[in-house]
Amino acid sequence: MTTYYSEEHEWISTEGETGTIGITEYAQNALGDIVFVEVPEVGNNYDKGDEIAVVESVKAASEIYTPVGGEVVAINENLESDPALVNAHPETDGWFYKISLSDKDELDELMDAAAYKAYIDGLE
Amino acid sequence: MSADTSNFLKTGDLLKTPLFALHEELGGKMVPFAGYALPVQYPLGVMAEHNHTRHAAGLFDVSHMGQVIITGPGVDGWIESLVPGNIKDLAVNHIRYSMFTNDRGGIMDDLMITKRKDDLFLVVNAACKEQDIAHMKAHLPEGFTLTEITDRALIALQGPKAAEVLSRFAAGANQMDFMSYAEVMICGAECYISRSGYTGEDGHEISIPAHKAEDICRALLAESEVEAIGLGARDSLRLEAGLCLYGHDLTTETTPVEASLLWAIGKRRREEGGFPGDHIILPQIKNKDHVKKRVGILPTGRAPAREATVIVDAEGQGIGTITSGGYGPTFGGPVAMGYIKPEFAAVGTEVFLIVRGKTRAAHVAKMPFVQQRYYRKT
Repeated sequence: MTTYYSEEHEWISTEGETGTIGITEYAQNALGDIVFVEVPEVGNNYDKGDEIAVVESVKAASEIYTPVGGEVVAINENLESDPALVNAHPETDGWFYKISLSDKDELDELMDAAAYKAYIDGLE
Repeated sequence: MSADTSNFLKTGDLLKTPLFALHEELGGKMVPFAGYALPVQYPLGVMAEHNHTRHAAGLFDVSHMGQVIITGPGVDGWIESLVPGNIKDLAVNHIRYSMFTNDRGGIMDDLMITKRKDDLFLVVNAACKEQDIAHMKAHLPEGFTLTEITDRALIALQGPKAAEVLSRFAAGANQMDFMSYAEVMICGAECYISRSGYTGEDGHEISIPAHKAEDICRALLAESEVEAIGLGARDSLRLEAGLCLYGHDLTTETTPVEASLLWAIGKRRREEGGFPGDHIILPQIKNKDHVKKRVGILPTGRAPAREATVIVDAEGQGIGTITSGGYGPTFGGPVAMGYIKPEFAAVGTEVFLIVRGKTRAAHVAKMPFVQQRYYRKT
């Protein structure tokens, strides 16, 4: 299992051909209290960079663009009743969706943990 | 993730309130608002700030709002030529919520008018203040003076503990009537205090000489009940309280009748008229022939419906638009208000919202969404 990160503060953890995707600790902290997450429907196909989910905080809605393309194979149904899971455990229990990767080469354009850490350190 | 990047704009070209340095020291996330750098939230976060205000006391910087004093013989009668409120019969040291209307009956701004012994003290919205002042000056009679107060900060202390806290600094503040006004000394500075606010909670707004604003805020924040509160919670608090935000829920395209603000038009004014747009507004009151009405909307489920969300009927026909919407922390779910065709305005009417292409159920609901707790003498 390997975890990659995007400049838009998503993480993707891969196992074989499947990636699990969520937002990072940095992202949840910037968004504040999350009150609703709109996840994609299982079976839908997306290209890398497509708007795939929406996270709503008390104040505003923010779009999530998928860091990799593919078919959605699972969604985190717990987010419907408990969207604050994303604040509490953004990089574990607060995952958004699982996707069947259409092109594993897209992972090469993402950062590893060390590069992402350097990236967010540079933002502050 | 693409967070609302307006939150991260540079604040260099913006105006600063007298409390700017304090906001930064307190860790406020500064954002542009009506040309000013103001804190959208502090480290506590919007949800906790909202809840703190509902349970204890929240301190808000509203210094961006315009403060104006107008003097002249019969100034209360004169302002009635610009607003539909009954100001002549307002008792001295009392406050009324009103609005400037235009010749088409549209709302140019909403404001608070305090009748003081020798003048009127107005508080107007930041984004409208230049326009409001120009509008009043254009109609100002010979011998009247209009002064924009630029050397005073304005803060609001709101919540069930707010009046008690303020009374530690200004004895008797907690005995003032709702919508009354007093001039008091706080920490050695002459302050104008009003038992009013815009959160649905008890509390005061306090006009403070700018050079003393930081001292007084520090003293208030040192009280155990008080936390600094940003614009984010201010918005969710006023929305839950069913209160309008100018530029969103009220515009020049909405009349007071459409905006469900009839309560702000006095009985005498309804009979006599004599304010801009009265030829539009008075027939609307009488004939009820307006084509839209502001109502509360409660989405079913958890998805908030934000401003500009389209409201449709069961057949999918457009019947209105959301003008303010979000999550109500005290209500515990999404809340919204908007304009809808009057035939759909009855409380309980089932409607649908188009949120990001999905049709979601909702219904028309009574406002406020959270009980207002203004101070009433028993």
